[in-house]
Amino acid sequence: MSLLEIENASVFYEDFQALYDISLKVEEGEIFACIGANGAGKSTMLKTIAGVLVPRRGRILFDGQPIDHMPTHQRVELGISSVPEGRRVFPSLTVHENLLMGAYRNRKGPWTVDAIYELFPLLKPLRRRQAAGLSGGEQQALAIGRALMANPRLILMDEVSLGLAPVVIKRIYEAFPTLIKNGCTILVVEQDVQHVLTVADHVACFLEGRISLMGKPGDFTPEQITAAYFGV
Amino acid sequence: MDWINAAVQGILLGGLYALFAVGLSLVFGTMRLVNLAHGDLTVLPAYVALMLVNAMRFNPFYSIPITMVILFIVGYLLQRGLLNFVVGRGDIAGVIVTFGISIVLQNALLLGFTANSQGLDAGRVENLSIKINERLAVGWLPLIIFLMAIVVITALQLYMNWTKMGRAFRAVSDDQEAARLMGVNTKHVWAVALGVSLLIVTIGGVMMGIRTTFDPLLGSQRLIFAFEAVIIGGMGSAWGTLLGGVILGVAQTLGAQAFGSAWSILVGHVVFVIILAFRPQGFLAKTVTA
Repeated sequence: MSLLEIENASVFYEDFQALYDISLKVEEGEIFACIGANGAGKSTMLKTIAGVLVPRRGRILFDGQPIDHMPTHQRVELGISSVPEGRRVFPSLTVHENLLMGAYRNRKGPWTVDAIYELFPLLKPLRRRQAAGLSGGEQQALAIGRALMANPRLILMDEVSLGLAPVVIKRIYEAFPTLIKNGCTILVVEQDVQHVLTVADHVACFLEGRISLMGKPGDFTPEQITAAYFGV
Repeated sequence: MDWINAAVQGILLGGLYALFAVGLSLVFGTMRLVNLAHGDLTVLPAYVALMLVNAMRFNPFYSIPITMVILFIVGYLLQRGLLNFVVGRGDIAGVIVTFGISIVLQNALLLGFTANSQGLDAGRVENLSIKINERLAVGWLPLIIFLMAIVVITALQLYMNWTKMGRAFRAVSDDQEAARLMGVNTKHVWAVALGVSLLIVTIGGVMMGIRTTFDPLLGSQRLIFAFEAVIIGGMGSAWGTLLGGVILGVAQTLGAQAFGSAWSILVGHVVFVIILAFRPQGFLAKTVTA
């Protein structure tokens, strides 16, 4: 049984259809990458898994259990945690308080505040600072740390590299093996293909609300990926 | 000396306004809901206390903790059953629904208790005062109310800063959707926020009922005083709200001293408008943006 299964999901914003019959499976302990251009539907899919959006048709199964009508906060309880697009740290809360918010549901597991400071040492001296004053890279590290505090089985990461310096992106991707080792499964969405394909076990390319290519990254030539990405 | 006396009375009155205002500010802060029924919800606890006192024949002070629990439950259920459906649907929906609640409450109280003024009799303490000299005396009751305001605001600050629920209030205030993604049930958090708001308002409402008389139509004036205290003090700061209440209270009592008691409320409003014109963000505003 896969950790996450999406079966023929169609998702709408009012009358606009953003996803058409999407199906995919994410296995426990892997890094699954969703790539695609802006507006291809990747973020919509993450929001649907997190419970921000509800599919009009199709099903979502987590650990074999249907979750598509479960409210967001209960999905966190099951172990689905998010690093939202644009980071969305709580600006008026301190770094430390942001991390504690991640642990709101008190799920047991390896991640504690100290473990996060060990994973991202840059956060430790900032612990009493308000998150509003942090740089983009610091906020991204905080957003990932906050999501880990939920001790998730599945962590959803939306555009974690967007707007960050290459050295910071590298540091964030270097943290992935530690996450996997601690029992996390990672579903990452990226526009920037380069980094993510070096770490991903499986990749799905989104194009205009449909999956245009899916499989192991090594099975495709760069030309095939480019074609699936741009639809040419 | 009369002026000093008026100023002292004004400061003490400000504590009462702050007790009405912090709840309004808490609700606006956590869910961006302008609660137009807030004034009537400060009147309601006085009537709840009146019923308790009539039934149990005890001193109205004893009714305060019981009334606080009742009003917390009323607030929680009102939010879960009704107001949660308007939060996040634009300002107008909340304004219309809370205006409706205000009218329903006023008329329900008129129906149940008539328009006659009622009072809560706490016995001797109502008339005791500390005499500082021949012309300056501070009543025990206003002083107790002011001290209660300080205790309540301190407790609220500690609750907001150091408890898990207080942290959730602030997180939800910053970003509702992100809070849900962290596992916060925002519907529950909002309901607790309205419950806490009414719990605080109960203290002011019952104490005011002991200090003076009350009738079902007092709510709208109290709502305006509460708004003014919040705005003068600055959004998001409980101590600012106390300061705002004190400025408003002092403006009213000094206005009464200068022009006669009929002018007191008008002078308070004029001072408010002047402050709004020159310092619209209030004196101690705390706002953080990403």
